[in-house]
Amino acid sequence: MDILVKEFPSLLQGALLVIKIAAGHLALGFVLGLILASMEVYGGKIISLLGRTIQKVIRGIPALVLLMLMYFSLSRLTDVSTTFVAIVALGIRSAAYQSQVFRGGIKAIESGQMEAALSIGMRKLRAIRRIILPQALRLVIGPWSNIYTMEVKDVSLAYSIGVLEILRRARFIIRYTHGNALLLYTVIALFYFILTRLGNTLLYRLEAKLWIPGFERREKIRWSRRKE
Amino acid sequence: MIEKLLVIEDLHKSFGTLDVLKGISLVLEMGQKKVIIGPSGTGKSTLLRCVNRLTTPDSGRVYLDGVEITNGKGQLSKLRQQIGMVFQHFNLFVHLNALDNVRIGLTDVKRMGKKEAIQKAMAVLEQVGLAEKAGSYPAELSGGQQQRVGIARAIAMDPRIILFDEPTSALDPELIGEVLMVMTQLAEEGMTMLLVTHEMGFARSICDEIIFMEDGKILEQGPPIQFFKSPKHDRTRRFLHKITELYGQGEGEE
Repeated sequence: MDILVKEFPSLLQGALLVIKIAAGHLALGFVLGLILASMEVYGGKIISLLGRTIQKVIRGIPALVLLMLMYFSLSRLTDVSTTFVAIVALGIRSAAYQSQVFRGGIKAIESGQMEAALSIGMRKLRAIRRIILPQALRLVIGPWSNIYTMEVKDVSLAYSIGVLEILRRARFIIRYTHGNALLLYTVIALFYFILTRLGNTLLYRLEAKLWIPGFERREKIRWSRRKE
Repeated sequence: MIEKLLVIEDLHKSFGTLDVLKGISLVLEMGQKKVIIGPSGTGKSTLLRCVNRLTTPDSGRVYLDGVEITNGKGQLSKLRQQIGMVFQHFNLFVHLNALDNVRIGLTDVKRMGKKEAIQKAMAVLEQVGLAEKAGSYPAELSGGQQQRVGIARAIAMDPRIILFDEPTSALDPELIGEVLMVMTQLAEEGMTMLLVTHEMGFARSICDEIIFMEDGKILEQGPPIQFFKSPKHDRTRRFLHKITELYGQGEGEE
């Protein structure tokens, strides 16, 4: 246990880096995913095909391979940090997955919503932003929590390109102390578990907060019995 | 001088192998109200949707006040601002309350300041009798109330003409009256209106001309009195007979 106290600053730094990469790549994936989904649904033939192709290619490549590809191409071209490479590589992959979540949300919105927006003279892009997405995004918080849960944990893959995140730091400690493997891996497992639970809790709170009359909502479970 | 506000010339539209519009021509002068009737599937809705180009016609032209709608893209959203549309299923923006449904066109399309836009939206809601429902979401409103918000949303943009696509067909019978009342009021204020509706009583009392469409063509048209008394075609007579059976004569109505 002493080792945990001694190495706490290092592990904490690793943990913070995980959070940074997760936030970065999920945000990048969110923006690019929205663009990809809009391209697919509203783009017309050529733009839609382009969006579809990008999404299919990226989803067909393992995250680890994507990281390696990005690492060897980006770091050869410019002088960028491995953290940056991890955010970009995981972000692009996330965009492809998120695009399909968003597309499902957009398709759940009746076409009459877009027609009504167009009929008052709104341009298509603005209608997507102001009318379609506010509804679609509310619908997909559930599926998006899946994306969050899986992809936060995938930050550990950044280990492979030398990012000094929590896993890599743990490996160092294990190597130089010749032990403590079980302990350290348990700490990492616990860290990821807490991170995913925390995120999910926040997402479900957000879902409840953004609820609008007319939408279904999750049954609220009260554990304490109330006297009536 | 009589101003031709809306001119439709020889409009054709087909979906795949199905010819929906087979050469429709029609003129609306400023302030005129015309009602299109006809059996379902004859292209009435498609015709309306071609006017504001929610559907692009295959050939033919549509002019609003001399400006062609059927060609060019740049002007389209500008032109659409001048053409209001009221939908059968209301199509209110689900995530916005009644006030914001009316307001959003003013702030996001007309670029009006927020304060001014809210004032105007409130005034229009007042006009349709729903000021006290300003904060309610569409799901919290009855069908009749939703449609009145739909009409308010169209009116707020100060359109030159409003298209009504079966505005009362999705409503419970006891809710139709409140919507027709708002429409009558609008008609009396001189709004130019092109309507698809089977509310014959309403059509009789406000419209200048009834147009009977069948199979993608205009079969017969004329002022309501003549139209109801002595339809030229046997087909028109049979259709009128059928809908008066269904909807009543409507003479007792407003």
